[in-house]
Amino acid sequence: MLAMADKEFRQVRRDRRTLAMMLALPLLLLVVFGYAASFNITELQVEIVGPQAGAVRSALEQLGADQGITIEVTEVDEGGTRATAEKDLRNGENTVAVVTGESAGSRPLALIDGSQLFSAQAAITGLAKAPVDIGTEVLFNPDLDTSAYMVPAIIGLILVFIGTMVTSLGIVKEREAGTLEQLAVMPFTARDIIAGKLLPYFAIGLVDLAIVTTVGVLLFDVPFRGPIWQLALGGVVFLMATMGFGVLISTVSNTQGQAIQLALMVTLPQVLLSGMVFPLESMAAGVRWIAYVLPLTYFVQISRNVMIRGTEFGAMWEPYVALAVLGGVVFGLALFRFRRDLGPSRRMQQRLARDVEEAG
Amino acid sequence: MTEGSFGVDHVTVAGRLDDVSLNLAPGTIVAVVGGDGAGKSTLMRVLAGALLVDSGRVRIPGPDRVGFVPTGAGFYPDLTVAENLRFAATAYRLGEVRFRGRRDYVLGLTGLGDFTERLAADLSGGMRQKLALALGTLHEPELLVLDEPTTGVDPVSRVDLWRIIADAAAGGVHVVLATSYIDEAERAGHVLALHAGRRLLEGAPSELTTAIPGVVSERHRPEERSRAWRRGTRWHEWTPAGLSVPGDEVAEPDLEDAVIVAALQREAADR
Repeated sequence: MLAMADKEFRQVRRDRRTLAMMLALPLLLLVVFGYAASFNITELQVEIVGPQAGAVRSALEQLGADQGITIEVTEVDEGGTRATAEKDLRNGENTVAVVTGESAGSRPLALIDGSQLFSAQAAITGLAKAPVDIGTEVLFNPDLDTSAYMVPAIIGLILVFIGTMVTSLGIVKEREAGTLEQLAVMPFTARDIIAGKLLPYFAIGLVDLAIVTTVGVLLFDVPFRGPIWQLALGGVVFLMATMGFGVLISTVSNTQGQAIQLALMVTLPQVLLSGMVFPLESMAAGVRWIAYVLPLTYFVQISRNVMIRGTEFGAMWEPYVALAVLGGVVFGLALFRFRRDLGPSRRMQQRLARDVEEAG
Repeated sequence: MTEGSFGVDHVTVAGRLDDVSLNLAPGTIVAVVGGDGAGKSTLMRVLAGALLVDSGRVRIPGPDRVGFVPTGAGFYPDLTVAENLRFAATAYRLGEVRFRGRRDYVLGLTGLGDFTERLAADLSGGMRQKLALALGTLHEPELLVLDEPTTGVDPVSRVDLWRIIADAAAGGVHVVLATSYIDEAERAGHVLALHAGRRLLEGAPSELTTAIPGVVSERHRPEERSRAWRRGTRWHEWTPAGLSVPGDEVAEPDLEDAVIVAALQREAADR
């Protein structure tokens, strides 16, 4: 028995990656996720419209101070109406929009963005304790349904698996089988190989996106308010970014086991840090930045915007750009590494051509 | 061998090959032999264009005119024989007509014609190597690089594989193969033996066996263990030129003896 344990210890010590994963990772995970895993809402973005906006503002700020929530008033518009308030909510500018009545005595109505599940719950609880009587109405997800919050994000999670795990495994499988080296000496360029390799996974990923979204909408009664193309476009840029991570992982993995390890290390943080479960606003600033280099963060924003709120494209282009930039950087890096990995065929040919020239 | 065709001149790959030269000729099978770590695979990869050298000159044709079969690979196990062939044909941009002709030819030559719908993973070891060879030669390369094409294959299949390799050479292809079976290298037209990344011995097999310095004798029990090696149930022992040969039968030395004697000489010189 001891002989077996001794052998195992020796093997684990040689496998640096597994060792690092077993010793350093738990600590890192605990610290990062400890700071990230929080449902506590300490900040609410509020817009106030209507003739009495000024008076309501001071009442709300008092309320916030009493309850330890920072009420960030993003806009005070005395000429605004319920329609403008709703539009701003739809475009994700605030969590709450308060519409005041005509006269000083009339009851203001707080419109709450139900797509931000935890912020909405905090807003409802908070407003109930307000010294002035404020009515509340939840928009987009009136029953504060958890599945409406989760399903759009889970669609993204499924695509992360396809994009990162399946892609990296597909490439590492060629490396393990020794066929990658053969591809390298065939008349292919690195870009041919990568593009040809990824195209089927990309297509499968998009089909998955369609299936999962349809099933999600039908089975869980999740709304789909925005145009389909907005989600499809999001899926395309998102898949590109996740596949970039997949290729990158494949260039630093020699075996499928290593690839799975690394893919998990890239995928797991996305579950907890992307805003999929815990709202970004609740995360400590020290870990929140990690969310902004993870592709799922942006896809969750896109899918929730499109499906639940039906946000106009003009008000939600940033996550698309972020994904495109992220995808471009990761893919560029992956292609660079892959090309170096693939060997010198092309450089060899150049050298050959030079030799021929010298000879002639 | 004629200069000017494919080969390598004074090639060095850090830690793996040290000043190795090799000339290939159309229609000739060149065998590179040596033990594990001798640098055979490295040299094959250099000749296939898969590895860059640190110094020296590499003379090889463009990728579309090279056929490369790496050790134990060269095909997709989860594709059928027909699908593997189709992929190779597309990769090398064979037209449909040429592909059909070449496919039928290599299937006939390898005897894989009855197994076209079988997954490569489900083929026997020998048949897998035949498939790898079929794929490597499908596009009629000018240079065929084979890394241990017969390793782990039964003797009957090895005969078949050599027939296929000889067929390629007969068609005027430059064939170079690495093998750890020295007896097999005897069938090649030219042999390069590597030892620790350096050239140990080079020439036609018959030349190499006749050029052994000193005497190789065959005996039941060796006189000098450091210069003797097992051959079957008996021993072969080398006596360097100038020393008296202990009275026993003189052996008929073969390529394996020639390579071992060269290695012994190298060890003595290095000491």
